[in-house]
Order: sequence, then C-alpha cells, then structure tokens
Amino acid sequence: MVDTGITKKIGRIEFTLLSPSEIRKMSATKVITADTYDDDGFPIPMGLMDPRLGVIEPGLRCKTCGLRVGKDGCPGHFGHIDLAMPVIHVGFVKDIRDCLRATCRECGRILLPDKRLETYREMRERYIKEGKDPALVLKMLLNECKNVEKCPRCGREVGKIELDKPTTFRENGKKLTPSEVREWLEKIPDEDLPLLDIERKAARPEWMVLTVLPVPPVTVRPSVTLETGERSEDDLTHKLVDVIRINQRLQENRDAGAPQLIVEDLWELLQYHVTTYLDNQTSGIPPARHRSGRPLKTLAQRLKGKEGRFRSNLSGKRVNFSARTVISPDPYLSINEVGVPIEIARELTVPVRATPHNLEWCKMMVKRGPAPTTEDGKYLPGVNYIIREREGMKQRIKVTEKNADDVSEKLEPGMKIERQLMDGDIVLFNRQPSLHRMSMMAHKVRVVPYRTFRFNLSVCPPYNADFDGDEMNLHVLQGEEARAEAEILLKVQEHILSPRFGGPIIGAIHDHITGCFLLTFNNRKVPLDNALQILSAVVEKEKMPKIYKDENGKSYMYGRDIFSALLPKDLTISFPAKVCSHPPCDPKDCPTKTCVIIEKGVIKQGVIDENAIGAFKGALISRIIQDYGNDGGRKFIDQVTRLGIAAISVFGFTTGIDDEDIPLEAKRQIEETLENAKEKINHLVEIYRRGELEPLPGRNLDETLEMEIMRVTGKARDTAGEIAGKHLGLNNSAVIMAKSGARGSMLNLSQMAGCVGQQAVRGERIHRGYRYRTLPHFKKGSLGADAKGFVSSSYKKGLTPTEYFFHSMGGREGLVDTAVRTSRSGYMQRRLINALENLKVEDDLTVRDTDSEIIQFMYGEDGVDPMRSAGGLAVDVNRIISDIEGGR
Amino acid sequence: MTKKRFNILEHELVPEHIVLSKEEAEKVLEHYNIKPEKLPKILASDPVVRTINAKPGDIIKIIRKSRTAKKAVSYRVVVEETTAPTLMKK
Repeated sequence: MVDTGITKKIGRIEFTLLSPSEIRKMSATKVITADTYDDDGFPIPMGLMDPRLGVIEPGLRCKTCGLRVGKDGCPGHFGHIDLAMPVIHVGFVKDIRDCLRATCRECGRILLPDKRLETYREMRERYIKEGKDPALVLKMLLNECKNVEKCPRCGREVGKIELDKPTTFRENGKKLTPSEVREWLEKIPDEDLPLLDIERKAARPEWMVLTVLPVPPVTVRPSVTLETGERSEDDLTHKLVDVIRINQRLQENRDAGAPQLIVEDLWELLQYHVTTYLDNQTSGIPPARHRSGRPLKTLAQRLKGKEGRFRSNLSGKRVNFSARTVISPDPYLSINEVGVPIEIARELTVPVRATPHNLEWCKMMVKRGPAPTTEDGKYLPGVNYIIREREGMKQRIKVTEKNADDVSEKLEPGMKIERQLMDGDIVLFNRQPSLHRMSMMAHKVRVVPYRTFRFNLSVCPPYNADFDGDEMNLHVLQGEEARAEAEILLKVQEHILSPRFGGPIIGAIHDHITGCFLLTFNNRKVPLDNALQILSAVVEKEKMPKIYKDENGKSYMYGRDIFSALLPKDLTISFPAKVCSHPPCDPKDCPTKTCVIIEKGVIKQGVIDENAIGAFKGALISRIIQDYGNDGGRKFIDQVTRLGIAAISVFGFTTGIDDEDIPLEAKRQIEETLENAKEKINHLVEIYRRGELEPLPGRNLDETLEMEIMRVTGKARDTAGEIAGKHLGLNNSAVIMAKSGARGSMLNLSQMAGCVGQQAVRGERIHRGYRYRTLPHFKKGSLGADAKGFVSSSYKKGLTPTEYFFHSMGGREGLVDTAVRTSRSGYMQRRLINALENLKVEDDLTVRDTDSEIIQFMYGEDGVDPMRSAGGLAVDVNRIISDIEGGR
Repeated sequence: MTKKRFNILEHELVPEHIVLSKEEAEKVLEHYNIKPEKLPKILASDPVVRTINAKPGDIIKIIRKSRTAKKAVSYRVVVEETTAPTLMKK
C-alpha cells in the first residue's frame, strides 16, 4: 500500500437507488446478445463479455478507458440491459407494498387528510431530532391507512393490497402487473415521499420497479479457462444470459402481437430470472441451478453469510507465513516449545534487516543457501529470499544453491533477508475451534525431524487437542513488536492460570498423575537404581533425596522424597487429596493420611494426585505460580511431567478387562440387589394399579410412579457399584486411575463391573416404540424395569439384545444433544462477542465502550483479575493466617 | 393512588437507589471524568425512579449486592422516555 501520510475519516455513508437514467448514463454499452465469445474465441460486441465492459486477460486493453487490468487499474465498466417489460426488484417488495398501501391508485396521494399528514410530518421531525428511527412513524401511518375506505382527495375506493410472495401484488385479489405497479408509484408526489420514509434525493419509488438492468463489469464475473481449453463462465454471467434470452423472446413475442397469455408467461419468466439474479435464495421460488444441479451463487449469495464477502474476505483473510499439519506428543519438550518439522521450517521465514552490526552474520546466513545442514546432516537455518527496496520498488531475489555466494556479496545494510525458522523463534500456535484465548498461544520453535507438529502433553487441555488425527496451525511472527508482545503476553507459561476461574488449566494429565501417585502412595520404597533412573529424568532438582539402607543392606529412597526433589525449599502448603474419601478434610488429622502436608519443600504426609498437580485442579501448581511466578510454574510442570512419566515407566502400569473382575460372591450379591430392585418396582406398579399410590406433592399418579421407579433404579445401580467397588481396591490399575483422577471415574468402573443402570431419553425412562410398549418382547402396558430400559447387565458381562437397544437409544440422544449444543452455543458466542468486542477496562478500572460510555463502574464489580487472584478472590485469608502461624 | 400500595423500595430484590444532590453528582462526574450522557441510563418511568421522585437529568446512585464484591456501587442518569436509545444511533 502506498502510504501518503494523510489519514482520512469517513464522515458518513449514504445508500441510494440507481435511477434508470443513471444506469444508462454509467453504462458503457447496451448488452443485447446472450452469447459471450464467438467461435474464434473473441468477445462478441454488445455481448456479455464486450471489451467495453473491461478486460480480464492481462495485457489486453479496455475499449472504454484504454487501460489494462492490474497495475493500470481498469476497474471495469457497467453495461445495461433494456428490459422489454418492467419487473419488480425483490429486494424492495416490502417497501413497494408499503407505498401501495399508503397511497391512492388514482391520485397517488397518501390516503389521509392534510391535517393528519401534518401531524405525521411533525412526529417524524421529532423522531429524527431525538435519534429515533423515523421508520416507526411510517408504521403508524400505515396502520391508520389500513382503515381508510375512500381516498379523502379523489374519493376512489381503496383496494386491499396484498403481497403474494415473492413478487406478485394483488389489489382486492386481482393481480397487478409490474407495469401497473410502476404507473401507480410514479403518481406519488415528491412531497409525500418523506412520510413513506423515502428521501427524494435518494430515490423515487418507481425505481424499485426495474426497467433497465445494470450489467456488472467482467472483472466482477471473470470466466476461467480450464486446462482443457474450455471456458467456464461465472454464475452471474450464466444468470445474465438467461435474463437476456428471455428478455429477447419477450420483446419478439410482444412486437409480433403474440397472444396475451404467452406474453404474460414470458413476462413472469423474466421476473423469475431477474429475481434469482439478485437473490437466489428468495423463499417461495425454486433456486436457479447450474447444469450439475448446484444452486447458482448470485448477487446476494456473494455477500451474505459466513462464506460471503463480508465475513470471509473483509473481516477475515487468508495469511502467509503459516503452516498446518497433524499434531503428536513429545514429553521431552517444554510446555513453551513446539516441535516444527524440518520441511516446514525450511518454508517459513523470519525477516531480518541487515545493519552494519549484523551484516557479517547475514552474509554468512545467505552464503549457506536455501537448505544448509551441519557436517553430520543436522538442520541449519538458511535463507530463502533477500529483499531489496529501491525507490519504492521492492525486489525479491530467490536464494539458490548456485547464486548464494554472489547474492551474499551483494548484501548491504538496509536490505532484508528472509531467514528460515530456527530453534528459539517465537511463533503462534492455534487449534480450531478457537473458543477462548488459550486456543492461540505463543511457543518457541524446536526444529525436529518427521512431519508432525509436536508439543508437551500438558498443553492439550487449553487447546482441547488429542492426537487421533487433530491438525493445528502455526503462524510465524514477522515484526519485532509482534514478537515482543507474543513473548510477554502470549507464551504458554503466561496462560497456565485460566482467566475463567483463576486455577491452572495447564497441568499434569493421565500418566503424569498416575506416575506421581504410584511414587508417593504409601510412601513407596524405591530401590536405589530405579530411584536414580527416575531422578535422572528431572533436569533441575531443588535438592537430592536421602538414601536409606534396609536390613539386607539394599539401598532405597522414599517415593515422597523423590517427588520432594522438585519442590522449592521454602514451600509449605497443605491441601486435601483427591483420593481422600472424606471430602472437607483437614489435612492435619486426615483419617486416611492421604491428604497432603508439605513443609519446607518436603512432603510430610499424603499422596500426589489430581488435586495437587492436575490440570484444572492442581493446588500445588497454583501455589508455585503464586510464589515463584509463571517461570517457576513452567519449570515445575516441565519437571513434574517428566518425573511422572519416568516413574510410571519404571514401575510399569497396565489395565485390562480383568481389572473389572469381581468375585463370584460379589456377583451374586449384585444380582440379588438388582432382583430386589426389580421386585420393588413390580411392587410399586402393583400399588399403582390398585390405585393406592400416594401422589407426591405437585405430581400426578403417573409422574409419582415414574419418579419412585427412577429412584429405585438409580439406587440399585449405585448399590451394585458399591458392591463391585468393595472388591476393587487400590491395587487395581483401573481404580488407581479413577481415584487419583488420572482417567475415568468410579461410575465408569461400576458400569463395567456392576450394572449399567437405567437408560433414559429426555430424562425419563424409555417409553417410545410400539403401541403401549417399547418392544414386542414385552407385554402391552408393561411398566416393569426391563420393559422400560433398565440395563441390569454390566458392560463386561454384556447386554441382552433388548438392553442393547435401549442403551443405543440413550446413546443416540447424547450424540444428538452434543451436535445441537455445539451449533447453538457457537452462534450464541458469536453474538456475545459481537456485543462485547469493543469493551475495554480503563485505567480507573471502569469498563467502557469505544464511545467511552460506562458499562461497569468497576471491572467485575470488584476489580479483580481472576488470573492474578487466589481462586477468584483478591486475598486468600487462610493462606495469610497459615503463613503467619508458620512464622513466615 | 391508594395509600395501601406496596412500597417497592422495601422489596428484597430492589437495590438501594439514592438521588444525588447537585454537588454529589458533580463529584461523581468529575471522578469518572465523564459527561452525564456517558453514564448508564434509567427511564424516568422506571417504578423506582417514580417512587423516589427523581427527575430527568438527576443522577441516581445504586447500591447493589454483588457476588464478587459484596456491595457494588453504580450510577445512572435519569432520562425521559423519548430519548431512550433505539435502533438508530444519533
């Protein structure tokens, strides 16, 4: 872009109608031939591709302005089609209807006496002065006109005007032709127009009925030449061909004096083509289609909606310096890093301006050429282009193996080189859907082999990423300011704490948690060799654990001590553990001794689980960030994840279907409970049938019965789960995962080992299916457990065919719900964002919009940034008390 | 108006509304460095505004209960109904 140094502000924009004479005036040619090119491939004069309408091929000169496309900037020129008969413009049918309803067909005046018009005029003035929409006045006026039976001026009976969508008007049920409508609108005098909410300067009502159609320049509808040499025309051109063809036939038939019926049919066809040319999604008429059956993309479709000009090309654009590929995990990268494949690193570049200070370095880089490696074949960044700017002309020179030396010598200060990515470059990394700000964060590049982007597993939750084929995008920052801003604001470590709830959103997941749990549960004694292997995974240790010797002389370390090696020496904190079964537990007298007490960086009691280091929960992570900053938090997460993985690798960990094995006795017990539950339900049904059931307050008998049964089935499942759970202890891998918060829940386990439970559709037992019953396997009117979707089998045992069917019904509802929810919440979020995007917190903590109108007098009413708070509160009183008690 | 009408100001869900004196209003505007029309608005026909007898142009201080801050103070300027913002902006 040319920077002239002059900034201009748009004062206002006006939209007006094009009058027929204006259309003719701006037209470069009349278009009468429906064809585009002749047999030799030359555009037909007065055809749709007439060279006076502009040119699309580079080099050719426009016949109107003599300029070429591109640099010369021939913008293209409009042509016009003279319509044989007028047609209604679909975009204005509502306004036409209003005009017809408000005015008299005979004299064209508004159907009200002068006195009333004067009041409306005054009202309109007042509305404009007060900033209200004057269209509201027209609404009131129309309301009054509805009741007028005779024109107060000429005494003509007022007909009832109806709009037969999309483009037919009727007076008292009799069709009005577009010509008649136009004649009527012509009669409306200028002085009545303001009351119809039309500005005389902008439009005359009869211009809403088209007599001449502008033909957009060819630059608006370029034809593409396929590889086969065939020409493929734009959808708009196709539509214009239709319009011209029908227009011609209409004219011929009319001039030849064809029967009224045929002329009318053709007229309607012309109306259809003009309508679909303007908007191909007009309700009430079939969309015009391409030969392949695809609906044509006409004028309205080009602008409207997500794929339209506004949202797709003006509000959002495609960018350079970006890459996209599949993602995969790499636990040895820091959370701040991203692994970029060599092939991508060679393509993406960072501009570096050569200065006297870095000239030698730049020359060295250029000399390397476009694909340098070290002697042992490792990646080295090269240079793809050098950019020279002279007298405002930009010159890009591609660096190749051959010219590298020459180009390097020519390099002088002021030129730019486009250097390939290298380790440590800062880039933006993003996964769609970008639902919150953590969906796009800055990472430091690590160039790696193979073809996937790689990152630390702890960064999956903020991106909501997994590795089942997900792809992500990467953008290379091109300016110093952008890089600095990204470094300070966007790096992953700046987003460990979520602005939503003030807790960590990045933390240990899955195996990290299991590993740390195994290490610290029951303060495991770890043989020295294993212990050292685990410790070797941790790069920065705060301190080394003590080595003990057992009676056999074997050396070992305590698991807690190993974990403590990561903790800062002055860290003192206590918090309840996830495994602790007594929820509001005071760690000091925790009955199970699983709640965590850490003193001076040493775990004195408890196990490390999800509540300590997990994403979303991790109390330890929160505290470390509060006390040691984002940098300290990042280091801790890097180390904890490595430690966890090392530990789980050393100890070994597996889960299989036999983790859900329970003893025969337990199975018998479960069966018994389920049998009891079913009997109870039968009993309830029995009471209900006898009419002895007491209805619950606010419920009728049927609802009461359903509620009671739901309660019984729910309880039955829970009991079955409890029985199963009793036999699944913490020596069971699946239970370890569920209890430590690594993956899965006890409910999942009880459904696998115990009983799946009641299936529901819309929160009720399953009722739908055949007449009076869900499936033909059951008696009509049966209300028992099995007949209404209770699954008494476990996943492990397997479901009976009827159970399977009910389970599928419940499962389908879940799927449909998520599908509906995502689309709905997506649109809701879009509307919210549009409403809130220009709000800003000012220095005085007020929230104001861009007009500096106050929205909130104190941000969040308390002025607290949740990211920098203690769990949403400005001050953590308990922490201060415990710190004082501890003498810190 | 009958005397026995319910006093809405006593209702639990109606926050405290106070009409500011000229000086107080001046102070508020100065504090936020703002013109009255940039404040949030409240209609003169609002039941509370009618009960506390505030006139268009007055500034009302509203003290609400807040989940985050216990008490939150905000200010609104009383406007006549017809100047309420509508579809068109200026």
